[in-house]
Amino acid sequence: MLNKLYDWVDERLDITPIWRDIADHEVPEHVNPAHHFSAFVYCFGGLTFFITVIQILSGMFLTMYYVPDIENAWQSVYYLQNEVAFGEIVRGMHHWGASLVVVMIFLHTLRVFFTGSYKKPRELNWVVGVMLFGVILGLSFTGYLLPWDMKALFATKVGIEIAASVPLIGGMIKVLLAGDSTILGAQTLTRFFAIHVFFLPAALLGLLAAHFIMIRRQGISGPL
Amino acid sequence: MSNNRVSRRQFLGYTLTGVGGFMAAGMLMPMVRFAVDPVLQQKGAGDFVLTDQRVEDITEEPVRVDFTFEQTDAWYVSEVTNSAWVYKEGDKLIALSPVCKHLGCTVNWAGDPEHPTQFFCPCHAGRYEKNGQNIAGTPPLGPLDEYLVEEQDGYVAIGAVRPNTLV
Repeated sequence: MLNKLYDWVDERLDITPIWRDIADHEVPEHVNPAHHFSAFVYCFGGLTFFITVIQILSGMFLTMYYVPDIENAWQSVYYLQNEVAFGEIVRGMHHWGASLVVVMIFLHTLRVFFTGSYKKPRELNWVVGVMLFGVILGLSFTGYLLPWDMKALFATKVGIEIAASVPLIGGMIKVLLAGDSTILGAQTLTRFFAIHVFFLPAALLGLLAAHFIMIRRQGISGPL
Repeated sequence: MSNNRVSRRQFLGYTLTGVGGFMAAGMLMPMVRFAVDPVLQQKGAGDFVLTDQRVEDITEEPVRVDFTFEQTDAWYVSEVTNSAWVYKEGDKLIALSPVCKHLGCTVNWAGDPEHPTQFFCPCHAGRYEKNGQNIAGTPPLGPLDEYLVEEQDGYVAIGAVRPNTLV
């Protein structure tokens, strides 16, 4: 049944070469944990991507209930966690996944560093990877405010003060992030929400595409 | 045992698809159930809401009776005012919903000067008899809904809405 459907589409659009390009490639022995168990360190990049996919999915579902408004944000989070079926699980996936994705991207960075994989000709991919690290940290920072509880509020106060300590333009960065020079409130929450669900995910997807295209073009770096 | 040998490649394919499908389902099931929750949530039947309309002032001519109740919309609780068209048939109180069965606008009693004994919907000129029966040839496809209604200490009390039982 599925095979017939696939054949029907393939006959018209010739999708097999595209599919082959994406999925059918050799995994060298030195990165295959079936050959050397220690090669599991090469999985961290893929795991980062896997958790990122979970974050995007669970985040999409959370926005069905969440409202980025100071009157209702906390209430809506409380409602979706305690009144909606599996709310605790879906929010839990996003909550724990957020920490885990930072851990995984850090381990991935360490692996790339200690195997020297960033060296010529892969410098550009390292640069894009560092940018991805920044985007993930930005997502963590902006997402942390959204439940609008005391912990979120004061963490963001501290975070914005840190950003404000940048020489010369610190004050402007602060207003740009908070939406106001003194208040951390309604405008901060809507800004952080917009950054968290639209701007940074867009940057993330673009950078991920670049990251993956480059690794496909250059291949995995050789054994140590 | 069948004679069709399963090749190592096929076996691995089946195993990986099965385990992967199981993992994907475990991931997606909570999220899908989370999303469809409003469809599956049970709503309790509404209580009667006391209005400030005296029963003795009700005649056979429908009058609009407003009633206010506390509505819980997920995390948002607010006072909502709805209305009903209430009249007497003999000694029996009748309360009809003002929500047009065409597309949900609000109907008025005698809203059309040409039909002073009918409910009229201004949106698409839907009309109903006094008992809520929709008039053939106008847009609505069913009769107006009916409220449960009772007398409490001489005042009208409005209950849950139900399909029209008069026509």
